[in-house]
Amino acid sequence: MGNLEQLYRQVIMDHYKNPANKGLVTDPTYFTVHMHNPSCGDDMTVQLKEENGIIKDIKHQGTGCSICCSSASVMSLTLMNQTKEDALNKIHAYYHMLTNEPYDQKVLFGDALAYHGVAQFPARIKCATLAWKAIEQALISNKED
Amino acid sequence: MLDVKKIRQDFPIYQANEDLVYLDTAASSLKPKKVIDTVDYYYSNLGVNVHRGVYGLSYEATDLYEAARHTVARFLNAKFEEIVFTRGTTSSLNLVASSYQNKLKSGDEIITSELEHHSSVLPWMQVSKHTGATLKYVELDHEGRITVDAFKKVLSDKTKVVALTYVSNVMGYITPIKEIIDLAHQKGAIVVVDAAQAAPHLKIDVTALNADFLAFSGHKICGPTGIGVLYGKRHLLNSMEPVEFGGDMNVTVDKFDATWKDAPYRFEAGTPIISGAIGLAKAIDYITEIGFEQIHDHVSALHDYAIKQLKEISGIEIYNQSAETGIITFNVTGVHPHDAASIFDQNKICIRAGHHCAQLITKWLKQIATLRATFYIYNDKSDVDKFIDSVKETVRFFGAF
Repeated sequence: MGNLEQLYRQVIMDHYKNPANKGLVTDPTYFTVHMHNPSCGDDMTVQLKEENGIIKDIKHQGTGCSICCSSASVMSLTLMNQTKEDALNKIHAYYHMLTNEPYDQKVLFGDALAYHGVAQFPARIKCATLAWKAIEQALISNKED
Repeated sequence: MLDVKKIRQDFPIYQANEDLVYLDTAASSLKPKKVIDTVDYYYSNLGVNVHRGVYGLSYEATDLYEAARHTVARFLNAKFEEIVFTRGTTSSLNLVASSYQNKLKSGDEIITSELEHHSSVLPWMQVSKHTGATLKYVELDHEGRITVDAFKKVLSDKTKVVALTYVSNVMGYITPIKEIIDLAHQKGAIVVVDAAQAAPHLKIDVTALNADFLAFSGHKICGPTGIGVLYGKRHLLNSMEPVEFGGDMNVTVDKFDATWKDAPYRFEAGTPIISGAIGLAKAIDYITEIGFEQIHDHVSALHDYAIKQLKEISGIEIYNQSAETGIITFNVTGVHPHDAASIFDQNKICIRAGHHCAQLITKWLKQIATLRATFYIYNDKSDVDKFIDSVKETVRFFGAF
């Protein structure tokens, strides 16, 4: 049970049960990306508000397993108030952590590290990355006017 | 009960994975050595094309390939020329739908159900969109079963095609397909039977059923992946246009016209799946030798043994307690199936989590996804015990947070 304990550390279940920044807004200044994982039914929508290249707000709403839903909450806290560039670096560090590749711990820290256990459950990587992929796409696609 | 210890000696995977608890046969069965050796024999000793070469090796390959067709024909109680080799059930069902597309028109009706695997419903959904024919769903009963009474309610003079599963891959129920076929024929409709889950568990007799088309896959009955079968009545197959064109399916080819061979060859364009077909024949020999009655009794005993214990665990929901085949679909209350699946994965128990390529029945159950355990000839009570332990562990583990 060691690996699983690690994977489902309290931090993940906490974010699952009490997610931060959950719930969508109808504000048109937010950029919305919807992503779906057809193989398991995980469904995630994220909303991004940027001002002058800085992330001012992130919202998310989805259905899925605890890994998927909690990681959306952690993602929103990890990337809040970051520049686009720093956010993308953190996202890539997160992907590296999940696939057991080296990543810079000065870039990625905090609750996101709870997900390093996912590396031992390759079938769950797509759960842990859905919200991160969605925000990554939002950051790349969103053109501030 | 079958002698599982002896049966496991036939499956090399158990030598490398002694503690394997494989409960995902509904997705794909394990493969016995006899089948692996047969596929290997073709590649090691023959490895040439069929129907073409004027040399010994090609004769032998052709003989084995066509002998495999005889084996499948006997297995289904069909005629030799009614057996088309395909890539699998999906290909078989798509073949029928594609070819029937130009036989249907707006106002015609196609009957299917929410119990279908995507490969049984989606080809006809496409046909419906392209032709304007109406897709009608048999209303499932309170357990999620297709009943003859519910079928009668959607059957009409406009019904042209009935596409239904013989055994549901999520619920494990056996459809009263014989009665449905008789009723459909009274209206002049054809019936396409998805037998992917039936073939490993039931003795199928297409002549007794009077089925028009029936499809199954090799890899779910201990055969290789990439091979499947479409059975079709000879006169129907020969009235259908091919859906793929190329080598070996034509008779004469001129600059602006060509003619087609009779079935089955008109549907087998290009080099066929030779190793797959002869491997499938060996798999059929293998499970036929064990016997369907024995398989059914064994699987039922494991199923009942598992259900009895599951019912005593509080905090789980079983969706198909009365299934006649070895499929148990369930959830741990309040725990997403993918979270639960990691507990089973950690304990080296292979079960399925998801919507099982059957989103309609998952939605009917009002679930996002479900867990599914299936039993077959190489499973024993100890597998069930380990499975039950993991179910309890899942309830405990997630209950603790």
